Amino acid sequence: MASSENNILLKVEDLKMHFPIYKGLIRRQVGAVHAVDGISFDVMRGETLGLVGESGCGKSTTGRAILQLYKPTAGKIVFDGTNLVSLKSEDMRLMRRKMQMIFQDPYASLNPRMTVGEIVGEPLLVHNIASGREVDEQVAHLLEIVKLNPSFSTRYPHEFSGGQRQRIGIARSLALHPSFIVCDEPISALDVSIQAQVVNLLEELQEQFNLTYLFIAHDLSMVRHISNRIAVMYLGVIVELADRDTLYEKPLHPYSQALLSAVPIPDPFAESKHKRTILQGDVPSPVNPPSGCRFRTRCPIAESVCAESRPEFRELNPGHFVACHFADRFL
Amino acid sequence: MPDLLLDIKGLETQFKTPDGIVHAVNGVSFGLKEGETLGVVGESGCGKSVTMLSVLGLIPSPPGKVVAGEALYFGQDLLKMSKDEIRDVRGAQIGMVFQDPMTSLNPVLTVGRQLEEPLMLHVGMSKSQARERAADLLGLVGIPSPKDRLNDYPHQFSGGMRQRVMIAMALSCSPQILIADEPTTALDVTIQAQIMDLVKRLREELGMAIIWITHDLGVVAGLAHRVLVMYGGYIIEEAMVQELFANPSHPYTIGLMRSLPRVDEEKGRKLQPIEGTPPVLYDKPTSCPFAPRCKWAVERCWTENPVLDNISDGHRIACWVDVKTGRTR
Repeated sequence: MASSENNILLKVEDLKMHFPIYKGLIRRQVGAVHAVDGISFDVMRGETLGLVGESGCGKSTTGRAILQLYKPTAGKIVFDGTNLVSLKSEDMRLMRRKMQMIFQDPYASLNPRMTVGEIVGEPLLVHNIASGREVDEQVAHLLEIVKLNPSFSTRYPHEFSGGQRQRIGIARSLALHPSFIVCDEPISALDVSIQAQVVNLLEELQEQFNLTYLFIAHDLSMVRHISNRIAVMYLGVIVELADRDTLYEKPLHPYSQALLSAVPIPDPFAESKHKRTILQGDVPSPVNPPSGCRFRTRCPIAESVCAESRPEFRELNPGHFVACHFADRFL
Repeated sequence: MPDLLLDIKGLETQFKTPDGIVHAVNGVSFGLKEGETLGVVGESGCGKSVTMLSVLGLIPSPPGKVVAGEALYFGQDLLKMSKDEIRDVRGAQIGMVFQDPMTSLNPVLTVGRQLEEPLMLHVGMSKSQARERAADLLGLVGIPSPKDRLNDYPHQFSGGMRQRVMIAMALSCSPQILIADEPTTALDVTIQAQIMDLVKRLREELGMAIIWITHDLGVVAGLAHRVLVMYGGYIIEEAMVQELFANPSHPYTIGLMRSLPRVDEEKGRKLQPIEGTPPVLYDKPTSCPFAPRCKWAVERCWTENPVLDNISDGHRIACWVDVKTGRTR
């Protein structure tokens, strides 16, 4: 993939997002949840970057911090040449037209008291893009784009199934013609037979409108299916980033290796021959993350150096970044 | 068949709701053999959990009611038992593990206390015997320093650890059967791999039969010997696991497999979703429940509900159409 500078739509540099913990009568800060702790990556125009990891690894926080739904503790987020972190709120509001989000839970992310038409049309009104009958026309068009019947616009969210609600959420995110969409686990709340419908729709829309996706998920097989490149997160840091085939065929970080080997394959023959790396223990708390490499407490190949110094996020092969002292072994 | 541990015949369960009667399970029959792991697959609302809860007498009534069928366990019908009788079976002979380990553990009692309770109740152990056995059980499911952890409360355990505690509890009275209802769905994949590894080990050590309910075909492929696929309150396909994956024959099963991406899939494959949405069962279906979403549906599918029928030894499907040849049965 050509990675010249003007091909980069979004550049995240050393992003940190710490949530303070207060305690006691005078609410003194006693610590912080290190949800995201210094990550850097680029998102190219028109690509889908998958962001995977287990619960609590900071993947959703990353997505929200990019859209400035949280004020990052440190770092830069450069979107189309503009650093979002230093923008005034009015300027940021204008930027939001270009960057939208699709949420995980289609039951919680739609206001139950608004009709579908109001939900999908709201961004148009808020941003003064259309009014009156124009809104209705655009809403009808948007519903058609996500393959819903335009006559649904007078109904309420509870009348729809999970998959249909997710389509409503997608229609809303498309209302302002964004170029970048953060998809935060958009299919994990849906039934298996419905997931493929929504994924296919996302793929079609990407082609039709030249969209760029940051696709956050924990379902590794679906991420592989939809992404061009994939970043693996663990406890607030990116441990590996590569294009999807390289990552799945030759993961270089011990965590990516374990994560990929843990995915059950829907094929009993492959399952019986499949050798699994089973990690010991649980993910440590992000309040007090381990020193040095975050993964060392569960890593099968950790040595003393891993506790002493944080491994650099380095490019071992062109386009293949790994944060591990011993990743060369797997080359 | 003589060697059936559990024999379910014609089970039907309904729920009364303000909007009408929901026909959750509509005549389900299957058997469980000794030492076998039976996978039950289906989407939410297909009746897989309700089937098992019905068998164990755990359907809240009202609104739920088991309206027909029998569930024979060593010749005794579980569905006709009194509350006290079924409670002796539950826990002592049939252990259960549920999806969400946090809501199925009591947050105000220590884990030790919760593990000891069934041992004292069902096995009649003394307090100190039960304590010792509880520590053994925690060790068995791979919890480090089990003796000390007995005094901890559920919130002091992580999600994976809690599910281990639930498994320890289900196994405490050495049951013949373990029923696990989506036990790994709430867990991360690496933790799921730990739990599946544990269950495989325990299955070998203890020789119990397992019913494993899940929506994840990958989990079934790795764990089950035989699989039931459920849709709309019916079993629509039943086969040994290798046969099911090599030769899926009901249009719904075929659709499910095609709609799944695989970690080891080839490049650029387009997913083939099943169009439409799963049925809401306000009326007991008089036609095939899958017909509205089925690509192969013929006229008969709209007028007559297919019954589960053998297509080869041990492989049964409920479908009027032979998908391979396009002929109707």
